[in-house]
Amino acid sequence: MRGPNPLRVRRMLRKELRQIFRDPRMKRIIFVAPVIQLVVFGYAVNTDIRETPLFVVDHSSTAESRRLVDALTASGYFRVAGQSDRPDALTRALDRGTAIVGIQIPPDYAADLKAGRPAALQVLVDGTNSNTATVAQGNAARIIRGLAEERLRSGGASPPRGVDLRIRAWFNPDLASRVYNVPAVMGVILMLMSLLLTAMTVVREREIGTLEQLMVTPLGTGELILGKTLPVALIAMVQLALITGVAILWFGIPFRGSLPALLIAALIYIVAGLAFGLIISTVARTQQEALMVMFLFFLPAIILSGFMFPVFTMPPVFQWISLANPIRHFLEIVRPVFLKGYGVAELWPSYLWLLAIAGGAMASARLRLGGALR
Amino acid sequence: MTGGSVVVEGLTRRFGALTAVRELTFSVAAGELFGLVGPDGAGKTTTLRMLAGVLRPSAGDALLGGRSVAREPDHVRPQIAYMPQRFGLYEDLTVRENLSFYADLYRVPRAERPARLERLYAFSNLGPFQDRLAGKLSGGMKQKLSLSCALIHRPAILLLDEPTFGVDPISRRDLWLILTEMIAEGVTVILSTAYMDEAERCDRVALLNEGLVLALDTPAALRAGLEGAVVAIRAEDARRARDVLRQLSDIRRASLFGETVHAVVAEWVGADSLRRELSAAGVRVLDARRVEPSLEDVFIQRVAGEEAHA
Repeated sequence: MRGPNPLRVRRMLRKELRQIFRDPRMKRIIFVAPVIQLVVFGYAVNTDIRETPLFVVDHSSTAESRRLVDALTASGYFRVAGQSDRPDALTRALDRGTAIVGIQIPPDYAADLKAGRPAALQVLVDGTNSNTATVAQGNAARIIRGLAEERLRSGGASPPRGVDLRIRAWFNPDLASRVYNVPAVMGVILMLMSLLLTAMTVVREREIGTLEQLMVTPLGTGELILGKTLPVALIAMVQLALITGVAILWFGIPFRGSLPALLIAALIYIVAGLAFGLIISTVARTQQEALMVMFLFFLPAIILSGFMFPVFTMPPVFQWISLANPIRHFLEIVRPVFLKGYGVAELWPSYLWLLAIAGGAMASARLRLGGALR
Repeated sequence: MTGGSVVVEGLTRRFGALTAVRELTFSVAAGELFGLVGPDGAGKTTTLRMLAGVLRPSAGDALLGGRSVAREPDHVRPQIAYMPQRFGLYEDLTVRENLSFYADLYRVPRAERPARLERLYAFSNLGPFQDRLAGKLSGGMKQKLSLSCALIHRPAILLLDEPTFGVDPISRRDLWLILTEMIAEGVTVILSTAYMDEAERCDRVALLNEGLVLALDTPAALRAGLEGAVVAIRAEDARRARDVLRQLSDIRRASLFGETVHAVVAEWVGADSLRRELSAAGVRVLDARRVEPSLEDVFIQRVAGEEAHA
């Protein structure tokens, strides 16, 4: 086995770039798709629970009860979607989904408060979407508790002793989901691009029969792999720059880490993507098949990556499986690099995992490509 | 010069239970034009693919230019060219870019390129189209470009799988002009073909059937080896004429060659008796005469003889 010849690799690379950029579809995929994804995840996908529709049944109708509703809406977490003095109107609103949270204030609410008796309140939450329900419930409880403490303090009494809980969110003080999502979109786009472009360009050659012809020429497997993957890696690096730029300059995502930390992780990660793309190309005979196989791999990989659902909430088996998932490790690097300013020193286990996955996948891609053709 | 010689020894390829090529053994001298002829599924493509090194033989080996295709593929590749039946061109690259790409892969020195391109353009008449995308060429021109791509590194051995299949007559003639030129330069050519006129041009022909060599010789020797005489009969209803002839005891074989029936008789005694027999059966004979046996006659007899034995 001889080493790759740099000149031949360069020629192959030039031919690949020429082909990619001569295809208007490819140009759109490369430059438009990432921008759309960034916009979607930067703007549309918002997991912050704000403006939750609230239905109010106020039997008390006093200044006290109105203060309570005001406190809820003033926070920005709730907006009044409806009001009635009939409890069944509340039930209907929850049934129809016009409200997610309902609050029922009993007639003697103000009187109880004035008399120093514990006042009862009923909060009903639509639990269909458990995530929204939990967050809304927490918000409501926090606001109501705050109101109660404030009342005690203004009445001269000190709040009950015990734990004084003060929560502060570090690294993302506003708990804005965008700050968390946009760096992760980078991981998704880079993987999608390296998988898609690599698998497609190799399978296309298989479809038109040139792959077999290349095997008759002195072009070695190593040269073929380099010639096919280097242009994709180049494109992925350009996209990395593009996405990082948009994330920092447009979305105002803080970048607290170092550029080398990000670059090293991205390079290893892209190599892993290229290798998986090559493996897909050895399985698929046609471009359609390649596309199908790619999504069969890509979608579970996204779900098991912690992109949308944290890995630690998964059953242990899936947590184990996700260790082989390059997206998971890249996200575990890219988020802290952006938000916490971490680098290789803190995140080395994730870097090692990425390296192992990329190396193993590339070795098996090389073996499969060489074996399938010779 | 052993530069372009090919020695095939016991070459075998199995696909599961099917044996596509069975212990193929032959040798081709440098500068020879060697033809592989046979019905579909005879193993022609499989043989060429193994010689080109894209398919691993199940058993046996082939030496191309003295190098083993199974053990030293890196030494075989630079001196051969293989043109599959459907040669893939990069349709989004121009004629010149396709040629340059193959020149790059074979590392053809820059200084030699203009002269080689010039020569290939002269052969193929592709010169005026060098900046056209390969996808925009006609079928015949694509085939000529494919052959040009295969020839850019001046291989000593050329492996061609039905190079003129589905090509218009003009381009077919052009392709043969290129091949003739290559052979004159001492290039060894091994090609498979379904056209008997192309087989006739070969120095030697191997008749393949079901992965076995039925006969291997010069076209003339193969024709001479045919037993009996061939009568070409033109009748109003050729199909019926054939069926009637097949019933006759002194006819060994009768087959359709387009609108003519070729009948093989053990001994030539003139056409009169055949005319009489056919007329009796109600078939009007327009013409009947003895002809020189063609390779196709030989081919049909050999393949049919093989089936009769089986």
